[in-house]
Amino acid sequence: MPELLKKVLNGDVRGIARAISMIEDQIIKTGTSEAETLMQDIYPHTGKAWVIGVTGSPGAGKSTLTDKLIEQYRAEGKKVGVIAIDPSSPFSGGAILADRIRMQRHTDDPHVYIRSMGTRGSLGGVSNGTREAALILDASGKDVVIIETVGVGQSEVEIMKIADTVCVILVPGLGDDIQIMKAGIMEIADVFVVNKADKEGADKVARETRAMLDLLKDKSWIPPVVLTIAEDGSGLPELVSKIELHKKFMNDTKAGLLRIEKRTNTEVETLLLSRLSGRVEQLWGTYKSDKIKDLLLRKTNPYAVVEEIITNL
Amino acid sequence: MRSASDLWKINLGYNKFYIIIKGVVTLADNYQEAKAAYKKALEKVVQKNPERFEQFTTVGGLPLNVLYSQDDIEVINYLNDINFPGSYPFTRGVQANMYRGRFWTMRQYAGFATAEESNARYRYLLERGTTGLSVAFDLPTQIGYDTDHPMAQGECGKVGVAIDSLADMEILFDKIPLDKVSTSMTINAPAGVLLAMYVCVGEKQGVKPEQLSGTIQNDILKEYIARGTYIFPPKASMRLVTDIFDFCGKNVPKWNTISISGYHIREAGSTAVQEVAFTLADGIAYVEAAKITGQDPNVFGERLSFFFNAHNDLLEEVAKYRAARRLWAKIMKERFGVTNPKAQMLRFHTQTAGCTLTAQQPENNVIRVTLQALASVLGGTQSLHTNSMDEALALPTEKSVEIALRTQQVIAYESGVTNTVDPFAGSYVVESLTNEIEQGAADYINKIDDMGGMLKAIDAGYPQKEIQDSAYNYQRAIETDQAIVVGVNKFQTKESSAGRKLLRVDSSVGERQIKKLHEMKSSRDNVAVKEYLEDIRKAARNESENLMPMILNAVRVYATEGEICGVLREEFGEYVENIVL
Amino acid sequence: MPDKIRVVIAKPGLDGHDRGAKVIARALRDAGMEVIYTGLRQTPEQIVATAIQEDADAVGISILSGAHHFYFEKVIGLLKEKGAEDIIVFGGGVIPEEDVPDLINMGAGAVFGPGTPTGTTIEWLKEAVETNK
Repeated sequence: MPELLKKVLNGDVRGIARAISMIEDQIIKTGTSEAETLMQDIYPHTGKAWVIGVTGSPGAGKSTLTDKLIEQYRAEGKKVGVIAIDPSSPFSGGAILADRIRMQRHTDDPHVYIRSMGTRGSLGGVSNGTREAALILDASGKDVVIIETVGVGQSEVEIMKIADTVCVILVPGLGDDIQIMKAGIMEIADVFVVNKADKEGADKVARETRAMLDLLKDKSWIPPVVLTIAEDGSGLPELVSKIELHKKFMNDTKAGLLRIEKRTNTEVETLLLSRLSGRVEQLWGTYKSDKIKDLLLRKTNPYAVVEEIITNL
Repeated sequence: MRSASDLWKINLGYNKFYIIIKGVVTLADNYQEAKAAYKKALEKVVQKNPERFEQFTTVGGLPLNVLYSQDDIEVINYLNDINFPGSYPFTRGVQANMYRGRFWTMRQYAGFATAEESNARYRYLLERGTTGLSVAFDLPTQIGYDTDHPMAQGECGKVGVAIDSLADMEILFDKIPLDKVSTSMTINAPAGVLLAMYVCVGEKQGVKPEQLSGTIQNDILKEYIARGTYIFPPKASMRLVTDIFDFCGKNVPKWNTISISGYHIREAGSTAVQEVAFTLADGIAYVEAAKITGQDPNVFGERLSFFFNAHNDLLEEVAKYRAARRLWAKIMKERFGVTNPKAQMLRFHTQTAGCTLTAQQPENNVIRVTLQALASVLGGTQSLHTNSMDEALALPTEKSVEIALRTQQVIAYESGVTNTVDPFAGSYVVESLTNEIEQGAADYINKIDDMGGMLKAIDAGYPQKEIQDSAYNYQRAIETDQAIVVGVNKFQTKESSAGRKLLRVDSSVGERQIKKLHEMKSSRDNVAVKEYLEDIRKAARNESENLMPMILNAVRVYATEGEICGVLREEFGEYVENIVL
Repeated sequence: MPDKIRVVIAKPGLDGHDRGAKVIARALRDAGMEVIYTGLRQTPEQIVATAIQEDADAVGISILSGAHHFYFEKVIGLLKEKGAEDIIVFGGGVIPEEDVPDLINMGAGAVFGPGTPTGTTIEWLKEAVETNK
């Protein structure tokens, strides 16, 4: 067994950290990278951890809520992995990753692993390696993996492809009701959290969210709406029990299993697409010098060229 | 052609405008004509020899014109906007004759190692003519940990004196009569505990609380914004602040209950405008909090004091102090309806800017400090700390502290700037900058009001972000030579600072302090300590109760600072900073 | 494309002066690095655990309180204990020049005194990470 894989499976912190960096640095495209081999080795050891996505607008309290979720799961004796994503600068490619400030009290707990990731140009609220990082944490023996998305207000739909339960955090006073409609957040939420519930307007946000849930087409799971005050931990036990309820729905009902199947389907499609897009450049490269002149002279056409490439695959 | 002295005589005689073009003196018929001619001449000069910068600015980033003249201050109405010193809006100062009566308080911030060493330093300073004490506490004391707490490791006595209990405080003020000196204490989150200790030392010396004079910093908001020595979340902290206002109003009436501080905001990298804006916005938050508890701003307003930075840009700094005084007076009068002039006045302490001190060629710091101190005196400060030249390297030595104090004395006794009030008033540029800084600060305050006040703004990371942006821009300016720091990015020399005599606080200080602490704990009445700590816990749970009397009881039986803050930590929780980078 | 440099910037102990730490964090970000910023009041244990979990190439610690001997020794010692001595430790703050050799002997990669341009730190760090690989 390769050394790094062994370390990951043993829950060795440096091993996990290295493995995630490898994923981040080697964008999965060619299928020959060490990273991809590692993922192939790791996958059979996954499927045990429950992956929770935490998403919501900036200032909604995602990091504080994540900190309190860690506390809850640790009290149950569960091992927790956290992936916190911050935006990378489009100009320099660098990033300041500061989400873990609010979770630092768990840093020296040996059963908590926290990892910060920069988006590195990826859109949709997560980074390119987030899915793989979650799998690595799963394989390393974590019972729960929490993913905190970027939360810059853009549509953060990628999380639903990765997380088993997506918690969407709303807060009063941010115009979140409109936000929900706009960003298509209705479709991604498995649990709604109205945080800062001690602030004026929290009840209204909760009410309006519930009202909007009537519009859901698939009624097999109606996302519950939980009121929390992350600052002092109020509502956290209820949140955890709702996540548990959703887990039961996913694992024990036909509708839930259908969802899991659909997600696995998407996972493969996404990977396939990303691999194929990597090959497109390569394929076209072998034809390019022959065809480009003919194309410019209108001796052939793009449709015929593509047909020829595909036929010869 | 006329000679220069002819020109002077004629000018006096006719009060006309003269313009000089190509060495020829010509008479202009009016101001506008003279100005147009000047502009033309200026253009020619600049065309021939380009200026050093395309856009000149103050250190704080305000654009600065080549010249200011009467049309720049046309908007000013003397009585409304400037008025005479001692009168609203106090632009020219808070007293009628300022330093002709009494100089500012020369107050050197000091403290290191244990109470014994610091007591010796205070007595050294008093012997050399310092007129007020200013206590620097070490970080464990500032954050409410006893010296034996794990978080206190390595920090004991490093940036100030270690105080764990009343026993240390008694040593700190040994042979210093508290009815004769005024003492300023840089203490914030645990301010109430240290104030209680001071009151108890007074009791032991036979000095009544009403005779005590001094200041506690007690400004928690700037800790969240810029300085970082907070303990509790904002709500509980604000309660502690207002409890102290109320307690002092009734028991320690000569005490300044807060020193609302822009100093650290500037040190964190803000501009002059931001320094004024965020400080006064903090001030507004305190007044509002105290008003909610039923206190009268006409009364507690008298005991509010301020603390500003003195940075390098002399003109901008003078304008800053004048603008701050005027804006605060307007806020108190117009926003809070305060009619008591003493509660409208902004009285302030100044410290020269630590962030301008360089580790390179440290002697240059003496000159920087001189200019900064001069600015604060020209700006009408009530008390002043001058930094020592070696503070970019370590804590100051006795020698360097003495030079710093002498700097103040030379300005006071020799420079002559103290012999007339507000000498820069009427200066076209200083009055213009005064207006600009006031306007800039008012704009910020409006914005913070729109966000729902300073507490909400801090929660959103707004002032933090504004300050960080300024700090980063300033650093960029230095690295691109837009800003020059002598000895750092120009006129460097190869000399090394190693081998210079520095003050060292070694680790044995911590061991000694811990030993003292443990001995004290074994000899005190531990039953009483436990009881009084429980009283504090109960009072903490009841928002309408003032915590100060309970803290005073506990301190008196030698409960430690760490024990008292420990109970409050359990009840109030701890603050986690809000980073917006 | 070379692997991204990841740096932890930490404020150990109780010192609240974070202007320098924040300025350097931004400068490193603008130089294309990923900066994990841990905020104030970090214990050496937290700093080391963070560096390992984050697979950091380097840890920068900023100290202005005079407690630099204590914290450098602790952080470097703990990294060794955890078998992570390959993680570069560097620092800055109010640190007298004559103390620097001591800190370097302990295992610090570099110590940057007051007035160091951020460019100097960036260049040094890039090179140190490169040679460390």
